Amino acid sequence: MVCERWKEKLDTYLDNELTEEEMRTFDAHVRSCSSCSADALARVQMKRTVQVAGKRFTPSADFRRRMQQSIAAKPRRSFRLGWMLAAAATAAILVAGALTSTYLGNRSGRDHVYSEIADLHVATLASSSPVDVISTDRHTVKPWFQGKIPFAFNLPELQNSEFSLQGGRMAYLDQTPGAQLIYDVRKHHISVFVFQERSLQTGLDENSLSPKKVPYNMETWSQGGLRYFVIGDASAADIDSIAKLFKATGS
Amino acid sequence: MPLFDQLYNFAHWLTQNREEAEDLVQETYAKALKGFSSFQLGTNFRAWMYRILRNTFLTSRTGLRAAATVPLDSEEDGPELAIEDETPETILMKRTDSELVQNAIDDLPVHHREILLLCEVEEMSYQEIAETLSIPIGTVMSRLSRARKTLRDSLRPQFQNG
Repeated sequence: MVCERWKEKLDTYLDNELTEEEMRTFDAHVRSCSSCSADALARVQMKRTVQVAGKRFTPSADFRRRMQQSIAAKPRRSFRLGWMLAAAATAAILVAGALTSTYLGNRSGRDHVYSEIADLHVATLASSSPVDVISTDRHTVKPWFQGKIPFAFNLPELQNSEFSLQGGRMAYLDQTPGAQLIYDVRKHHISVFVFQERSLQTGLDENSLSPKKVPYNMETWSQGGLRYFVIGDASAADIDSIAKLFKATGS
Repeated sequence: MPLFDQLYNFAHWLTQNREEAEDLVQETYAKALKGFSSFQLGTNFRAWMYRILRNTFLTSRTGLRAAATVPLDSEEDGPELAIEDETPETILMKRTDSELVQNAIDDLPVHHREILLLCEVEEMSYQEIAETLSIPIGTVMSRLSRARKTLRDSLRPQFQNG
């Protein structure tokens, strides 16, 4: 029989399980062969009949409720709980990781800045020419920085204080130009650094605490978009005093 | 609950009993939830669920009895050939009595019943059926073919009479 070969695959054809090319060939054949098309029609009818008849049983409302309450509810809750715990744990790890890296980043940034400042201070003291502008007059020192640094700052009036201005020089931190001012107090040298806050990538807070690893007394703060560092081997009280003078002037 | 209605329908067809079907579905979900870690993402979830249900059924008392009382016919002789004496008129069922067909499906051996339902009701692909029943695709085709023939054979006299 000519169609035997086709009818062999008729079910597969109707189940849509032939390859694309076979499907096309089959389509063409079924259209031209009355025997195969009649057979195909009957089988499609049969498929549909079984499909309708097969959708016979529906779970009772009672069983559905019982399932949702017993089997579904408990394991799903624990399921959900498990997921929530896993999600919470993941979130906690991520947050902790982020915080740690931020903290470490900040800390390493801070440590880096503090040691840089300390280096700048030490290098200045060791230099044969510690200051570029030698003057005890703040009205001489301040204009000297004009055109050298991209910002202006105020110097405190030192009359009636133990501090004396020795002069100033250019300083660089994070490839950013800034001002370094040298003060003396009872033979101790103190450096005051002024930089633009936004130019520094240090992760310093509004008022960062004094670092403990630097072998000097140091204070740093942010004011009016400028970052101040006061460092020296003078006492912490002296450092604090001059810091206060600057803070008073800047505000 | 995913697939709840479908799984229940399938379970009822297998067990032919409401209470047993409910127990079977309940056990299936319990096993699925417990063994969810064994489910591999990217594989067919539906086939996995049906496989659990079917394996649970086959190891149940009803399932063992159903499988034991039905001798598995040879499936090695490939797809069934066209039925020579079958004319379109005898199998064309225009106003089919659904109950008649339901009874005929009920009377099918369980291996034929399940594969027919998976194919026609669940509209699973051969691949999915193969995964669900853990048999090769060739066996899916031959078993499906036999199931259809058996059903047609059982329905023919009734339609001829009716």
